[in-house]
Amino acid sequence: MSKENLIDKSSINTDDMILNMGPQHPSTHGVLRLKIHTDGEVVSKIEPIIGYLHRCFEKHSENLPYEQIVPFTDRCDYLSSMHMSHAYSIAVEKMMDIEIPERVEYIRVIVSELQRIASHAFFIGVFGLDVGAITPFTWVFRDRERIIDLFETLTGARLLYNYVWPGGVSHDLPEKFITRTIEFLDYFEPQLIEVDELLTTNKIFIERTADIGVLDKDIAINYGVTGPALRASGVDFDLRKNEPYSIYDKLDFDVPVGRGEMGTVGDSWDRYIVRFLEIKESIKIIRQCFKSIPEGDVHAALPKKVRPRKGSTYSRFESSRGELGYYIISDGKNVPTRLKMRSPAFSNLSVLPYLSEGWMISDVITILGSLDIVLGEIDR
Amino acid sequence: MSFVDSILSSLSSLEMNYTLLLLIAVTIPGLIIFLLMTVNAIVAVYMERKISAFMQDRLGPMEVGIFGFKGGKRFWGGIGQTIADAIKLLAKEDIIPKDADKFMMILAPFIIFIASFITFVGVPLSQDFLISNFNIGILYILAMSSVGVIGIILAGWSSNNKWSLYGAMRAASQIISYEIPIAITLLLPVIISGGLDVHTIVDWQLQNRWLILHSPFTFIAFFIFFVSGIAETNRTPFDIPEAESELVAGWMTEYSGFRWSLFFLSEYTNMLIISLVASFVFLGGWGSPLTIINLLPGDYMYLDGPILGFFWLLLKAIALIFIMMWFRWTFPRLRVDQLMYLCWKVFIPFAIFNMLAVGVWEVLF
Repeated sequence: MSKENLIDKSSINTDDMILNMGPQHPSTHGVLRLKIHTDGEVVSKIEPIIGYLHRCFEKHSENLPYEQIVPFTDRCDYLSSMHMSHAYSIAVEKMMDIEIPERVEYIRVIVSELQRIASHAFFIGVFGLDVGAITPFTWVFRDRERIIDLFETLTGARLLYNYVWPGGVSHDLPEKFITRTIEFLDYFEPQLIEVDELLTTNKIFIERTADIGVLDKDIAINYGVTGPALRASGVDFDLRKNEPYSIYDKLDFDVPVGRGEMGTVGDSWDRYIVRFLEIKESIKIIRQCFKSIPEGDVHAALPKKVRPRKGSTYSRFESSRGELGYYIISDGKNVPTRLKMRSPAFSNLSVLPYLSEGWMISDVITILGSLDIVLGEIDR
Repeated sequence: MSFVDSILSSLSSLEMNYTLLLLIAVTIPGLIIFLLMTVNAIVAVYMERKISAFMQDRLGPMEVGIFGFKGGKRFWGGIGQTIADAIKLLAKEDIIPKDADKFMMILAPFIIFIASFITFVGVPLSQDFLISNFNIGILYILAMSSVGVIGIILAGWSSNNKWSLYGAMRAASQIISYEIPIAITLLLPVIISGGLDVHTIVDWQLQNRWLILHSPFTFIAFFIFFVSGIAETNRTPFDIPEAESELVAGWMTEYSGFRWSLFFLSEYTNMLIISLVASFVFLGGWGSPLTIINLLPGDYMYLDGPILGFFWLLLKAIALIFIMMWFRWTFPRLRVDQLMYLCWKVFIPFAIFNMLAVGVWEVLF
């Protein structure tokens, strides 16, 4: 008997190890559970399991009057509540053919872009945290706090605003809001340079993000990836440009696209830098809006009763995470028959199993962080 | 003359049983080391919190005071915070998971603690304060500092937790790898000064010049040693074993209370040991920094001496600890394979080349 036969090889089990990441984990950005099949440090397969934050938003909406859905939309993507209610309001207005006063449109764009800055700043901090840099996190949080303070003076709330209503906004801009916002922007732009120096060109940061999780153009489109993640893959697609809503067609801004400066087009570094540059574009947009904001009554077009005609509509909105869509079917009653939300983060998350295959556990965290998901919006 | 020897000689006039004498001579230094470790951990944690706070535009601990030092809006606010934390840790419930290997899990923290404890025996604090003087000082420090890996693997394996296992495997591979560049770079001072003894190396530096300034190669050696030392102590950018955003707490995941505080204590002790070794091997040990300029008229003006030597050595060590903290709050974290790349393909070849180059340099100059 030879030596090899002494060991029964069929009894040696060489399965992958299954590692449960989450739902309680600092880097899953909420209550996402990742079932990771690992071979040592290398990930062979990954299954995202969602639903831990499911709050029946869509079913709730079928029993609520249109006006009362607005606070619920805020709670979906709690990092960019303004976008959620803005997108919803656009959908309802489309069904009711409401003509919005010019001033309302300007205010909406201003708060949306401020919200985009806040959300992207949050992303930069959290992404830095994911790759291990702690200091940028506190810096951007300090600055995001000032945006939240601005919103507090505007709406009275710090996170969930219930500000944009179908047909208008809840309050006009308070006194000194414009000067305070301009003050903030003047303060924020130099701060961005500081974060830039600490993170963007840091050698270790580049090592950790460049060429990691490369998302090809075609695959991104096939998976329905939208927003900064899609633009990082080199697709110049921004609903604010391609299908302008509100007053975006009057404004002058660029759409940053991933160019693969540090690695391949569509890697995690590109997804980071696209968001970083978008902050600058948002600042540009807000400054333009302040130059030409007209006077007017923000409550002028608020409907007495929101009762859209029979039919359905779909509205598209460029939220800070991608294409946010509301599909509403109306029976002519004051409650929607069906409301479906197209959540950008949900589609973006669906590409994670493809992206992280063959990478290491640390890279899964980087890739997940670079997709910038919010679980409140995925689970709804 | 080492500390243990001086105790033995001062007590030898008393008529005492030799075993008892030896016991006393070992217990007193042991207590002193333990005290040092504790004080170091408390001070270093406070320092780390304040430094990180100032770097991140925060205030850090501000409320807890001690001994009349009240908190409030002063620079030293919150000076009692770490002491309060230490008391909290000691009073915490000790949790051992049901499926864990109980014996191993209890044993592991003590192995790690003992490793850094006995390393301290060979580390000098000034020319006259060296617990025990070996003629193989550096070799002893190197050997004892690697014992801790056993404890880490035990801790990770016995916890019966996949995250702990990952952390332990990462820690073990990292520490074992980075011992090689450390060992090779520590050979340079041995080649130059001609002895493994701590005193030989420092005395050579005091007579000639600090080793970091001796030749370009020793400067590179210092760099390699210090960076590898940071990796050895598992600090950012090499804190892969306990990567907060990936493994949450790595091999310490299942530990709490007193056992966890032992890990903590040994981690900060290792930091101090690496800084002390770097200071006495490359930065002139207990020699005054004023000797670099060598322009002062009298010897007394260099402020050398047993007590000031302690001060200088500690100052150098604390400066290095500050740099470690600076790194931690500035850099992102490397990935595990990048870490190995850095060690095996960059540091080890450079260190070996360095050793050869220093040999040539010593022959030529």
